[in-house]
Amino acid sequence: MQKRLVLDEEQIAIILRRFCHQLIENHDDFENTVLLGLQPRGTLLVDKIVSLLQEISGVKVPSGYLDATFHRDDFRRRDLPLKANETKIDFLVEGKKVILVDDVLYKGRSVRAAMDAMIAFGRPQKVELMVLVDRKLTRDYPIMPDYFGVRINTLESQYVVVEWKEQGFEKDAIWITEKDKS
Amino acid sequence: MSQISTKHLLGIKNITENDVQLILETASNFKEVINRPIKKVPSLRDITIANVFFENSTRTRLSFELAEKRLSADVVNFSSSNSSVKKGETLVDTVNNILSMKVDMVVMRHSSPGAPHFLSRNVKANIVNAGDGTHEHPTQALLDAFSIKEKLGDVAGKKVAIIGDILHSRVALSNIFCLQKLGAEVMVCGPITLLPKYVESLGVKVELDVRKALQWCDVANVLRIQLERQQIKYFPSLREYSLYYGINRKMLEELDKEIVIMHPGPINRGVELNSDVADSKQSIILEQVQNGVAVRMAVLYLLAGVK
Repeated sequence: MQKRLVLDEEQIAIILRRFCHQLIENHDDFENTVLLGLQPRGTLLVDKIVSLLQEISGVKVPSGYLDATFHRDDFRRRDLPLKANETKIDFLVEGKKVILVDDVLYKGRSVRAAMDAMIAFGRPQKVELMVLVDRKLTRDYPIMPDYFGVRINTLESQYVVVEWKEQGFEKDAIWITEKDKS
Repeated sequence: MSQISTKHLLGIKNITENDVQLILETASNFKEVINRPIKKVPSLRDITIANVFFENSTRTRLSFELAEKRLSADVVNFSSSNSSVKKGETLVDTVNNILSMKVDMVVMRHSSPGAPHFLSRNVKANIVNAGDGTHEHPTQALLDAFSIKEKLGDVAGKKVAIIGDILHSRVALSNIFCLQKLGAEVMVCGPITLLPKYVESLGVKVELDVRKALQWCDVANVLRIQLERQQIKYFPSLREYSLYYGINRKMLEELDKEIVIMHPGPINRGVELNSDVADSKQSIILEQVQNGVAVRMAVLYLLAGVK
């Protein structure tokens, strides 16, 4: 299978650090800011951002995991239903600035569902979106990230795969692969 | 696997262990949902569900209706007491008439064992059995398993005693199938007249002495004495039943461990359970009721997802 490297471990580390500095610039002391990682693949990323932010600024920003499975618009339309994951949010987002964190932004449908799911926890003051990879040209909804690591052109026939050491891979890496045609 | 292997939930006997696990996992997601400030998700907003109850019910019916509404489904309710069934309409006709109004799922309770199975062969909608006579009550068994898992961490390896009227109980049969699929050991306990003759063939232990059963088990699931199903006398009097099989505080204190007390409701207080047990810390009866909504949401959600 053809596989093309998008970002290597060093580049990812630089991007995560940049994300933190951008957040500090926009959110100051994080007094009213929370981070929500989107299940299933934004959770690891949000944990990394939170611990890096603590290292850089000394502030522990409240964070949680948000699962949008029950809010998706493709229920009963997919061949196989998606399995739900845990939502773990022990605060309300009422009046808060929320940063949604995910690894790859593709069609924008997950983010739409996530915003719908998030509303169950209150009315946020402001919502921002942070993604490692922004796949432009494939969007179905008018959704754009406020913070992105890299913006790439991809086809619908391709996957963007994010590998983390925590998941047992040798190195952190992001790849583009072709979808299996069979 | 993220898909349930069946289009209908007719009983626990004919679903797989994977199905049970998937339902329990999905139910824990829904339990989180129903504890949010906004307890509703839009998953079933294009689905209409008919609750068709040919037999009385408070808890199950309310629980299903809440589950349906929290999934944003449209709900219609039907009870046989004020319907054309009284005029002689057949079951299939009644349900087909409801379905012709574009209903996607039917939740049915009926006093005849096998009624939902019969229906599932004759109508197009997904059928959920909410209790068929003395046969099965699958969602009750699932919520009992969910409650045990929540309380004790796991169902596998646990010892569960089902105590009381096993003969007339659909809860007992579904519980036996469900707990065994999840790897628990099951014992039934009750007066010999209220135990089915071949109950041992289901692979359960049989015990006549309730004190021994309590000493053996980690969880006691105490069943209601179903007076409405007893045309003949299975025991001399309620007083005598409660004397021999009623569970009270003193009996629990005599045990060398703390067991969990469950009851599917409605409780005959002072008959099978004394109030000092039903309202004690060991009792998870009200948790069972709350978990019922989450489990039923999971069942409806998963069945609706089957193409």
